[in-house]
Amino acid sequence: MKNLKKRFIMFSFVVLVLFTLTGCGGDGKITINVYNWGEYMDETLVDEFEEKYGINVNYEVYDTNEAMYQKIKPGGVNYDVAFPSDYMISKMIREDMLYEIDFNNVPNYKYIDDKFKYLEYDPNNQYSVPYMWGTVGILYNKTMVKEPVDSWNILWDEKYEKQIFMKDSQRETIGVALQKLGYSLNTRNLDELEEAKEELIKQKPLVLAYVVDELKDKMISGEAALAVTWAGDAAVIIESNPDLAYVVPREGSNFFVDGMVIPKTSKHKKEAEMFINFICEPEIAFKNTVHIGYSTPHMEAKKMLPEEVANNPVAYPGDDILEKCQVYKDLGDMVKVYDRIWTEVKAAK
Amino acid sequence: MKNRWITYPYIVWMILFIVVPIILVLSYSITLESEQGLSFTLENYKRFFDPLYINVLIHSINLALISTTICLILGYPMAMIIARAPIAYRNMLVLFFVIPMWMNFLLRTYAWMSLLERSGLINRLLTSINLPSLNLMYTNGAVILGMVYNFLPFMVLPIYSVLIKIDKNLIEAAQDLGANDLKVFLKVTLPLSLPGVFSGVIMVFMPAITTFVIPRLLGGGQFTLIGNLIEQQFLSSGDWNFGSAISMFMLVVILFSSGLMGRYDKDREGMGLW
Repeated sequence: MKNLKKRFIMFSFVVLVLFTLTGCGGDGKITINVYNWGEYMDETLVDEFEEKYGINVNYEVYDTNEAMYQKIKPGGVNYDVAFPSDYMISKMIREDMLYEIDFNNVPNYKYIDDKFKYLEYDPNNQYSVPYMWGTVGILYNKTMVKEPVDSWNILWDEKYEKQIFMKDSQRETIGVALQKLGYSLNTRNLDELEEAKEELIKQKPLVLAYVVDELKDKMISGEAALAVTWAGDAAVIIESNPDLAYVVPREGSNFFVDGMVIPKTSKHKKEAEMFINFICEPEIAFKNTVHIGYSTPHMEAKKMLPEEVANNPVAYPGDDILEKCQVYKDLGDMVKVYDRIWTEVKAAK
Repeated sequence: MKNRWITYPYIVWMILFIVVPIILVLSYSITLESEQGLSFTLENYKRFFDPLYINVLIHSINLALISTTICLILGYPMAMIIARAPIAYRNMLVLFFVIPMWMNFLLRTYAWMSLLERSGLINRLLTSINLPSLNLMYTNGAVILGMVYNFLPFMVLPIYSVLIKIDKNLIEAAQDLGANDLKVFLKVTLPLSLPGVFSGVIMVFMPAITTFVIPRLLGGGQFTLIGNLIEQQFLSSGDWNFGSAISMFMLVVILFSSGLMGRYDKDREGMGLW
């Protein structure tokens, strides 16, 4: 495939050259391509960065780690900064897709909480700067769910038929089934995965839809009673609709860290580092955290947060909860098995 | 044939953006990456004949056929109404029909979401007159509705353009010879309009069978259709070879069905596709 991908890139390159030859010029400014999750940054900060440094930013979004990886891998676009999650960072490191970050250019790195350094996905802390972190849990509408919610089992309760949103993302949804069964999120045991698949197929008639970002609006307007989502999204949603609440189930869940990385497709590594450093400015990190609602690993930004946010267990859960949570690991070849399971679940009637 | 050079840019365009990509897709579909490097294989095609994927295909064909049929049932009378309207109205009616298409396709599909959802307009109307609310979103029905709504103009316009070209004298002759309206329609209008019907059917069936946005948005990701399967191979699984094999397979299915339609239309005009 490598060869073919190279051929494909060559071909795209020829086409690109043919069609841009006449389009040279511009204003002489450097442009960097930033590739982030949808609704995962206060985009006014991008304008602020452009003004402050005289660098153009081309801002694009994706909605799953896998989609981001597939777009960067062939190298068609020169992305300079991306925001993959832990397991995806380790996969990209393994495949030699990331530049080592020159931390002399990112002095603001010192503000990042040590808890988020030297984690397993980037053991020597060379390739990524932690951006946000959070948990996966259940967001529910208190007016529709009267009983206490503390277990993944409620997502299999027939009372809530057609009132459940699941994530349209394979690791999250298969992970929920695995944890309901008491297995590891990173299992490589085929029997356990088969059981998880059966659970998800059994659950499918109860599910209203598998969605990613649409979930926010729909939960606010009361389309469904229960949804699996990320804590940061939950915090924002609860602000708009106080009938909603978020819980990390007792069986445990996923704990994630999303980092800023510089893919090897980058042509402007220095400017990319400037961007990362800018995002880590205390004032900027604070604004960003307030805007998107995710949990920040930035100590100064966290100090600036109003007390009710900094002590909000949705965004900043206690250690008792975090202890139960697992980080996703790169699955390597097992990804194919997860993929097949996911297709079977999605194609089941 | 002095001006033949005028076609060169088009030929270059075709080679770059149609022929080369198809060859690329084909070459992906018959190769496999392994430790030893590239190897030629038909494994990707074989994999498609797994019951899992065949069921996805059957479900897609089903939904596309249903949508096409509904488009035909709705579209044919519509085309006739427009074609028979006085000329002044006719252009206006066509315009009304085309105007929604000027809006972005995604936007129109999103608009349907806010109509159909539980707290949407339709359900609010129903509950305000004390009727129980309905589960409209995220169903087979919603997906079919989305397809019919988006693709209906592709059915109406070809039929309409054939209908207005039918020689009025033929219809009058039939009436003079004593045929009633039904008979005139069955023996004259319908047969003469078939080329438009065929191209309408193809123009609706093709996008309907490969769409992945409509089932994603209106079906809530619960209905994996062939388009979603291909999208998944490229965007999340990263199995470009298998994705290409499915695409090639669909290309053959569509070529075959268009060819079949084309056979009935050898000496008539109106088949813009061939």
